[in-house]
Amino acid sequence: MSAGFEAAVVGGGLLGSAVGYGLARAGLRTVILDEGDAAFRAARGNFGLVWVQGKGVGSPAYAGWTARSAALWPEFAAELEERTGTALQLSQKGGIDLCLDEAEFEARGRRMEALATQPDSSFRYEMLGRNALARHLRGLGPEVVGGSYSEQDGHVDPLRLLGALQRAFVALGGTLMPGARVSRIVPRAGGVALQTAEGRLEAERLVLAAGLGNRALAPQIGLEQPVHPEKGQVLVSERAERVLDLPTTTIRQSGDGTILLGDSKEDAGFDIASTPHVMRTIADRARRSFPALARLRVVRSWAALRVMTPDGLPVYDRSETVPGAFAISCHSGVTLAAAHALAMAPAMAEGALDPALGPLGAGRFDVQAA
Amino acid sequence: MFRRLEARGTGATVTLQFEGRAVTALAGESVASALLAAGLTAGRQTPKTGAPRGPFCMMGTCFECLMVIDGEANRQACQVPVAEGMTVARQEGAAALALDADPVP
Repeated sequence: MSAGFEAAVVGGGLLGSAVGYGLARAGLRTVILDEGDAAFRAARGNFGLVWVQGKGVGSPAYAGWTARSAALWPEFAAELEERTGTALQLSQKGGIDLCLDEAEFEARGRRMEALATQPDSSFRYEMLGRNALARHLRGLGPEVVGGSYSEQDGHVDPLRLLGALQRAFVALGGTLMPGARVSRIVPRAGGVALQTAEGRLEAERLVLAAGLGNRALAPQIGLEQPVHPEKGQVLVSERAERVLDLPTTTIRQSGDGTILLGDSKEDAGFDIASTPHVMRTIADRARRSFPALARLRVVRSWAALRVMTPDGLPVYDRSETVPGAFAISCHSGVTLAAAHALAMAPAMAEGALDPALGPLGAGRFDVQAA
Repeated sequence: MFRRLEARGTGATVTLQFEGRAVTALAGESVASALLAAGLTAGRQTPKTGAPRGPFCMMGTCFECLMVIDGEANRQACQVPVAEGMTVARQEGAAALALDADPVP
């Protein structure tokens, strides 16, 4: 294997596939190197929210980037659906984060207000009491006191999204290499050489989007990606008639009728086992939110590892030592896919990082260490 | 379509009600087995496309045998033993979920 590409993306998850698609769409001869089934593959385990509310309190850059991506989602989805014929089941009619007691409701209100009033904010929300909430969601349990609603929120099928991105990438002439774990990156004149078990390939531009693998790869282009795993578990029910008109942060009904329950957060290293204790906690909160869900059978469960940074925000960096090389990590690969493909990738094709991402470099962590 | 092997066991029978029709079943067999022997082909319509489907793996894996048994939706008919007086109906599409009804205890 010896081929020259204009761009190489290391990582075939949602982040790498969105960037790869965006680079191919910008006209670059691009390769995506996907490690294979030994990888942790956060993109196979996520929940599928396109979510704005609550994200980026204290970080106008992240809040703005999130809102920008959510706003780009309709045209992004339409474009992917047209290119691939895959229905992504995108729905952006708003989303709700339920509160099961008054203290939670008050704390949520303060958090939403902080997000809406910080500099450059475009965040729109309403705090809805129980009666107002019941106009959006039927069947609320007696413990639900209210919730936060944002019209900017929604959800999408994350597996269809991943498949559509990769098919659209290939249809644009992109090369998708499965089973291609990158072991070494060697800077060279005009780009980089990448060593895989299958051989070596060369590219003018490089984007590291290898999730948890970025930690070891980034130093080879002079960058730091201080990412660690945060475990999340998901339960899926049998298909039911359509009952949930809007998604909540932990409960959503897919376009196919299954109901997904999720949003646990655990520091469990690289363990991806489903565990009864956490499954019970997830199911219990769902039952308290919508008692009728207790009638449904859970047919599948799984765990996956979020790609988490020390402050929970994504990291985007351009290498100072290797021109045209970037390293990026995030745990909102669904929400941010539209911005990654339509805004960030075209700038990378020109060798630049989108200026909006300037505050989101890993340099922010050095300040804390100093 | 299906024919029973030579009868084994006690030969005892029970009667279940399949969509208003009395079906004689062998004690101890599954609902799916009894209905296949009685000529059932499709026991459900899929929620996504409405395609007809019937019991296939008979060992609890494929979920093609979902039926409404004693009023409960999406039961695996191949895993539920027959019982006297049991009512069984086809599973037409997704399970109904009465969100506004009294919650289960």
